[in-house]
Order: sequence, then structure tokens, then C-alpha cells
Amino acid sequence: MFRNVMSTRNMTSTTTPPSVDHGAPDPSTDGTSTSSRGTRVLGVLCIVGLAVLGVFTFAISPPDSNLGDSVRIMYIHVPTVAWAYLCLICCAASSVTYLVRRSRFADVLAHASAEIGVLLLGVTLVSGAAWGHITWGTYWEWDARLTTTLLLFLMFVGYLALRAVPPSSNAGPGSGAVRAAVVGTVSALMIPVVHKSVEWWASLHQGATSFGTLDGNIEGSQQFTLWLSFGVGSLVAVWLLMHRFRVGWLTAAAQDVALDEAIEARRAGAAGRVADAGAGS
Amino acid sequence: MNQWPSIVFAWTFGVVVIGGYAALIVRRGRRLSRQVPPSARRWIRS
Repeated sequence: MFRNVMSTRNMTSTTTPPSVDHGAPDPSTDGTSTSSRGTRVLGVLCIVGLAVLGVFTFAISPPDSNLGDSVRIMYIHVPTVAWAYLCLICCAASSVTYLVRRSRFADVLAHASAEIGVLLLGVTLVSGAAWGHITWGTYWEWDARLTTTLLLFLMFVGYLALRAVPPSSNAGPGSGAVRAAVVGTVSALMIPVVHKSVEWWASLHQGATSFGTLDGNIEGSQQFTLWLSFGVGSLVAVWLLMHRFRVGWLTAAAQDVALDEAIEARRAGAAGRVADAGAGS
Repeated sequence: MNQWPSIVFAWTFGVVVIGGYAALIVRRGRRLSRQVPPSARRWIRS
């Protein structure tokens, strides 16, 4: 039995290499949460930034000449989709890194960024539906941009579901993480399709407004509020990513601790049986 | 057409979902922090 446990331990070490560093703890953390000095400052900036963004969105930014007040949805819709793209690209890059280097850091980062990417893409879809209800008269249309975005969302929901599946007992070392890394990499190939869908197919959805060829449609305080929303969105996304990464890291570390305790218990049990057998003979 | 219900819904949904998720991961982090030794809290080295 002990040998079986040890072989499981070795497999797990290979599955999620390398094991937890037992050096000095991160000195900036307080030891009771995943926060650190940096994330606490970032958190305060997020709250202040969201308050300022709220003032600009609802009080300072004027209604658009074409879109009316619905332009205010843009200040949540555009930054969330931009950061969803970035998080999913980060997931793909981390997945490739994991496939090449088998690094726990890359594996945990891929999982964390995919989860936040899905969250932000979900907010994008819902805020887009609310915007569509105003401008198109319908919450949903099987339009090229909307459909490809929904597909991207579902692909990464599938990725997260796959990560929640425990590896089978007869699977090879690291097969679960490798499987997830492959799916994450392939799913990210959908991102350029989503981005280009408004050019490749006829679409109700407008093309790029501020950074693309249709520049000039927004200006003044609308333009400033859009940039502000990107800035605040960046702070929030980085804060979320840091905390979610640390939660993922602690989850893996907790599994290591549980496994070490199980091995120690088995070792103590085996030593006790050897001692009993020696006393009996 | 009154646009404000959709605007308020979009913003409320976004803030509640993202804020709720933030609260959730902070809580999970606190719970996990009690389960692992301080030595395992070095995030970057792997």
C-alpha cells in the first residue's frame, strides 16, 4: 500500500510539476488571504476608478446624436469584451507554455485567465443584448458577431467544465492539464474569427468605432469616458487575475499538503506495523 | 422608447456579476490560506 501511495505521489509530482516551493513566504502578504500590498492598493484604485467612471458615464458624458443615452452601455460593453479577449489570449499563451515547459505557473494562469475571460465575455453578451434591445429592437439576433461571440463563450465554458473533470485513475501523468491546455489553445483560435466576423460576413453589429477605420464617430467627453472605462477595466481585470491566480496556486498547494499528510500517515502506519512484527517475533 | 431600463440593467448586471465574483474569490482565498503553510504562498516561483 505504501508503495502505491508513493507511486501516486510521484505521479502527482509529474502531473503538476514542480511541487510547492518551501522557501520564504511572500513578504508582502498578510498570511490570511490572497491579498498583498499591491493588490490592496489596486483594489482601492478600482473602487475609486469605478466611482469616477460612474460619474462620467451617467452625469458627464452627453447622449450620442445617433445612439442617444444607450451610448452609456458602451462604457461597460467595450472594456469587458477587450479584456475578455486579452484574458482568453493569455489563457492560450499560458496553455502553449504549459505544453512546452510543464510549468505549474502556466497551468494555474491559464485556468485563472480563462475563468475571468468567460466572466467578462458573459457580461459583454448581456450588456450587448441590452444595447441590442435599444438599437435593433431585439435582445438577440443570429448575427455573425453575436453568434461567433456566443460560440467563443461556450467553447471556454466547455474548457472550464473540462478542468473540473477529475483525471481518470488510469490516465497518464499530467493528462488532465495537458488535455485542458490543448482545448484552451484550440478554443482561442476562435478569437480572430469573432474579431473579423463583422468584416467577413454581413452583420448588424457595427465595426470598430474608436480604434478602427470608422474613427471619428465619438469624441470629446465620450471619447474620454471610453478611455477611462478602459483604464478602470484594466485595473479591475488585473486585480481579478491576480487574486484568481493566487486562489488557483493555493488550491494546488492545498492538494500537495493533503497528499503529504496522507503519505506521512501511511508511513507512520507502516512503521508501526514493522515495529509490531519485530516485537512479535 | 425609454432607454434607461436597459442601460441600468446592463450596468447593474455587470457590477453585480463582477463584484460578486470578486467577493467569491476573496472568500475562497481566505479559506485556502488557512489550509496551506505560509511557505506555499510564494506565488511566482515554480
